[in-house]
Amino acid sequence: MTAKTLYDKIWDDHLISTDEDGSSLIYIDRHLVHEVTSPQAFEGLRNAGRKVHAPDKTIAVPDHNVPTTLDRLNGVENEESRIQLEALDKNARDFGVHYYPVDDVRQGVVHIVGPEQGWTLPGMTVVCGDSHTATHGAFGALAHGIGTSEVEHVLATQTLIQAKSKNMKVEVTGTLPEGVTAKDITMHIIGLTGTAGGTGYVIEYCGDAIRSLSMEGRMTVCNMAIEGGARAGLIAPDETTFEYVKGRPHAPKGADWDKAMAYWKTLYSDDDAHFDKVLTIKAEDIAPSVTWGTSPEDVLPITATVPAPEDFEGGKVDAVARSLEYMGLKPGMKLTDIEIDTVFIGSCTNGRIEDLRAVAEVVKGKKIKEGMRAMVVPGSGLVRAQAEEEGIAQILQDAGFEWRLAGCSMCLAMNPDQLQPGERCAATSNRNFEGRQGRGGRTHLVSPAMAAAAALTGHLADVRDL
Amino acid sequence: MEKFTKLTGVAAPMPLINIDTDMIIPKLFLKTIKRSGLGKNLFDEMRYDAEGNEIPDFVLNKPAYRNAQILIAGDNFGCGSSREHAPWALLDFGIRVVIATSFADIFFNNCFKNGILPIVLPQEDVDKLMDDASRGANAVVTVDLENQVITGPDGGEISFEVDAFKKHCLLNGLDDIGLTLQKADKIAAFEKEHGAKMPWV
Repeated sequence: MTAKTLYDKIWDDHLISTDEDGSSLIYIDRHLVHEVTSPQAFEGLRNAGRKVHAPDKTIAVPDHNVPTTLDRLNGVENEESRIQLEALDKNARDFGVHYYPVDDVRQGVVHIVGPEQGWTLPGMTVVCGDSHTATHGAFGALAHGIGTSEVEHVLATQTLIQAKSKNMKVEVTGTLPEGVTAKDITMHIIGLTGTAGGTGYVIEYCGDAIRSLSMEGRMTVCNMAIEGGARAGLIAPDETTFEYVKGRPHAPKGADWDKAMAYWKTLYSDDDAHFDKVLTIKAEDIAPSVTWGTSPEDVLPITATVPAPEDFEGGKVDAVARSLEYMGLKPGMKLTDIEIDTVFIGSCTNGRIEDLRAVAEVVKGKKIKEGMRAMVVPGSGLVRAQAEEEGIAQILQDAGFEWRLAGCSMCLAMNPDQLQPGERCAATSNRNFEGRQGRGGRTHLVSPAMAAAAALTGHLADVRDL
Repeated sequence: MEKFTKLTGVAAPMPLINIDTDMIIPKLFLKTIKRSGLGKNLFDEMRYDAEGNEIPDFVLNKPAYRNAQILIAGDNFGCGSSREHAPWALLDFGIRVVIATSFADIFFNNCFKNGILPIVLPQEDVDKLMDDASRGANAVVTVDLENQVITGPDGGEISFEVDAFKKHCLLNGLDDIGLTLQKADKIAAFEKEHGAKMPWV
């Protein structure tokens, strides 16, 4: 038998057919749905008189538009947002899919809710009309974002037409230095590959530094695979994965658990499997990282200085000049001299319990810089409840953070949480594009610990120096 | 989906790399529950100032390019969010072809579902077309999908590659779901076998 990668194995186990022209039909095990990319798909089903093929495998949760303030159950002020949320509510109920409405404690960012509820399991195919579906790859599931036409296709058929991607391996060897987290790993990788470095590939992350991460950390790494252009990111499941999954509401139980475990233990890349591209990184070479520009590939260690356009080649020269103007930065200035007025902690990248613990550890007994607007938005109602139980919520509030309800919040500013023009934010989210957090807003991507350091000092800061 | 066979139109140059889907259609326009009407907000933050006035320097605001049907852009066009609102906005504006050295994966797929043809060409060909496009409304380019050939304003021809299945769907304006449902028996058989092998799924 030929040696296979983990991606090859999952692909083969979901392949329904391949046509002569090479296009394949694959089966989808889990379809996650949110309010922004689904209304047109449900409308398409209605117009064609079609049903949802597998409502039991379809999970809907509102997240992008929902306000995160404590008064949100009084109603959503923005009319368009309200209509979109009402459309999801109606569609979820009419078509009979699993649904976590805004007033359910299990509601949250779709990519946090899926794993938390045990919907995401090793070896599955998982899709969602959202590019950060890559998150679920942390379980050794083949997970990727799709467009709304494909959402409709999956709703109607539980399948997807796909061409197989190539295999890429990113190995992170050694032990992470102190102060360096999963977020720094994933940002560092994108800094090396660029935002198109993974285009056409599924990336498998491996190596001791990846193995040593918790499930929360692994989700952070896979979450940003899309920022490197990859179709999906994968991490082979192991005891850490099984431990996380066991006992979750929708995880298999009894005899099914034993059967599942027997299968899950076959989910790894064979020793001599072929990878089309390989990148090896030493964990010791990774530092706490920040972005300085308007592309997630604009990554540097916090100890560095802002680069100049002429440090680059080709189309990047003009792009960097444009970025620096947008970001209001001058080449040569120290990254630690960049003053911050807003801190956002949350999102599908860093809105899990471990992320909030990391922030609490840095700010415990301290106060954030005066005048700083700092918010913590838990990734789900259950993360929020757990943080309250652990005393983390109190530590954060005592330090001066706003303690919000779950949602996508300021990661993409489709809801009331936005930056004003010229405001500058240290954010634990995933994209620093122009206008991403609000028109004219400036975003520096960082880890939760680094965001906490910025909140305390009022500027980008090296968490190792605190 | 509207068919795509052959198009002759003005090509607009956007020599910027990493044009992301947040640039193509900013988040505040994603609140629609329709597919149509997004053309006026295409490239909104680049096209209009904070007061909503047109920024004259932006390419699609220039008289020569207001009716452009083809975009020539830098590397990695369409990166970022999976929002299909990006191709919907392009289509609603009238753009049917985007030419670049590379595209982000999800955007690339989304185009084909909406009758838009994304074409990947080597840097030198994109440079040539970018140069042609910067000549304004005289820069009329013809894109022939059947024969996979682009004809520039000076008559020069460039051939391009396209996935056979995607080409077939575009040429005939085919609905994917209808095609897949023709395989309903195969799907049902797979589902039964898969469910027996992995009852926890």
